[in-house]
Amino acid sequence: MTARSASCPNCGATIEFRWSGAVQTICPYCKAVLVRRDVDLEKVGMVSDLPPTSSPIQLGTEGRWQQDGFVVVGRIVYRYERGGWNEWYLRTTRGGGAWLSDAQGDLAISAPASGDAALPAASELKVGQSYTIDGTRFRVASLTTAHYAGVEGELPFTTWDRDESLFADLDSEGTADELRFATIDYSDESPVAYVGSYVELEQLAARHLRRIEGW
Amino acid sequence: MSAPAVASLSCPQCGAAIELRTLDQALSVVCASCGSILDARDPNLHVLQEFKARQKFTPQIPLGTRGTLKGKKWEAVGYQVRGATIDGTTYYWEEYLLFNPYEGFRYLTQYDGHWNDVQVVKAAPAESMSGGRPTVTLHGETFKHFQTASAETYFVLGEFPWQVRVGDRAQTRDFVSPPRMLSEERTDEETTWSLGTYTPGAQIWSGFGLPGKPLQARGVYANQPDEFMPRAGSMVKRYLLFVAVIVGLILIRLVTASRETVFATNAAFFRPAAPADSLAFVTPTFTVRGRTANLEVTTEAQVDNGWAYFDYALVNEVTGTTYEFGREVSYYYGRDSDGNWSEGSRRDRAVLPSVPAGQYFLRVAPEAQVPTDFLEYRIVVRRDVPTLTPYLIVLALLALPPIFMALRAWGMESARWKESDYAPTSDDDDDDE
Repeated sequence: MTARSASCPNCGATIEFRWSGAVQTICPYCKAVLVRRDVDLEKVGMVSDLPPTSSPIQLGTEGRWQQDGFVVVGRIVYRYERGGWNEWYLRTTRGGGAWLSDAQGDLAISAPASGDAALPAASELKVGQSYTIDGTRFRVASLTTAHYAGVEGELPFTTWDRDESLFADLDSEGTADELRFATIDYSDESPVAYVGSYVELEQLAARHLRRIEGW
Repeated sequence: MSAPAVASLSCPQCGAAIELRTLDQALSVVCASCGSILDARDPNLHVLQEFKARQKFTPQIPLGTRGTLKGKKWEAVGYQVRGATIDGTTYYWEEYLLFNPYEGFRYLTQYDGHWNDVQVVKAAPAESMSGGRPTVTLHGETFKHFQTASAETYFVLGEFPWQVRVGDRAQTRDFVSPPRMLSEERTDEETTWSLGTYTPGAQIWSGFGLPGKPLQARGVYANQPDEFMPRAGSMVKRYLLFVAVIVGLILIRLVTASRETVFATNAAFFRPAAPADSLAFVTPTFTVRGRTANLEVTTEAQVDNGWAYFDYALVNEVTGTTYEFGREVSYYYGRDSDGNWSEGSRRDRAVLPSVPAGQYFLRVAPEAQVPTDFLEYRIVVRRDVPTLTPYLIVLALLALPPIFMALRAWGMESARWKESDYAPTSDDDDDDE
């Protein structure tokens, strides 16, 4: 991954891309939402400062998962009526994308499901129903309608034109010893499934973690 | 550059300063000054619930205290007092919420001086039944159902990653496999499982640098490890070693005992019906040689459905030292509805523990009651014979500590389950049956 640079059409600052394929980025200086159009960046809006977080992850954090290195390039902060979480967008050294979700210190990492699972339409979803995704039987544990409470960094899609999205969280059936989880994201017209597992920070061999005062 | 770890806010109700230690993780925060529960998500911290606890509690670990638990740093950020009402009595326990931005959340619970280090487990364990009781299995470890209760929140302080309220209720089920405990908490919204590990209060006191000493734990807690069982186990192992040593000593004794016959009568007869005085006699003098050893006197009398009693005195001819003892031989037999039976023995063995070398004779006064006119008898005296009795006494005495320890282990186990849903019925109930 070669870092490419461009200048911010809003403030003129040089923007270094961690991921050359980013569709949207936020200017770290003026907080302008920039969308890539061919070679140029177009300013489509502004974002406000992110609320202070206690997450140890930050843009630029590197680590390893399933024999593949990754770097954190973007972040979406989701909020819903009973809480919120950070969704960190990862680019892997093999050229894939993955999401590291960080909710109350519980980390889970997931990548797009490889198969074409027949995913239920949003209107058909019910807690307790089971679906097979990538050969694993998953049961819907919860449905969450969340809104974007903040974004930073580079993302594979645009967020400025969206407000809410529906997520279905699923846990694998069977014994607790090999628990896996899946998320179905209903942000787009057709749902997208992500499959992954719960991880501990230690398991990710993370570098460039955020340093938090006093810890 | 490092990011700030706390946010400073103020209570909309009373204006007091509030520090948010878990930042965006917090959903509710309690004003330490007025007790209002505030929405930590709202920049204006609107009040979720005004103070309504009936009683104020003071956490033993002051919020904001940092400490070390199992090698990791933690800060106490939240405190709850919850209780369960069983048969009209409310039992209160404390729950401390610990936080480390790199590790997430963890809990400490305290009841009657018993502490548990608790972590949420993401997956529900597999449930089954064993011996009529529910069990759950997690990572190959089976936990037995201990108690089902309804928990209510009575008091809150600090901040929480969920919307806490005084009066919150949850159904709890505890499963134990000391020193661990798996607990399920069910509300209308969700079901969570957590894994607790029994932790001595002293460990928390030193880890968090708390002043004084922790409360002395009372009773036996559900997942308190049994300290007596492993001790009883190692005592039994040591005891088996003693047994092996003593068996070795017995074998050596069996091989080395001289069993030297120092005196023997020929088969002789006496007439039981004769006057007692006329039956008494004195044996010829015999010599006991060698070191001081035991002396075995074997009395054999051919009694048939009768008994014979021999009043003995072993006399040292030179010193006059006398060992007096009486032996009885009896033998009965017959036949009844169960078949042939017999009782007693025609031979008796008496051992004098230590008799020094010297010239001795026996004074013998026999008497008997037998259906025959004459009774045949024989007396044999041997020195240095192997006997088991002292060894058996030693083995029995050495068995006492492991037996005592096993009884304590059993006592602890029954005290543990007495507090559970499976407490044995009381004596009154037994009387009714």
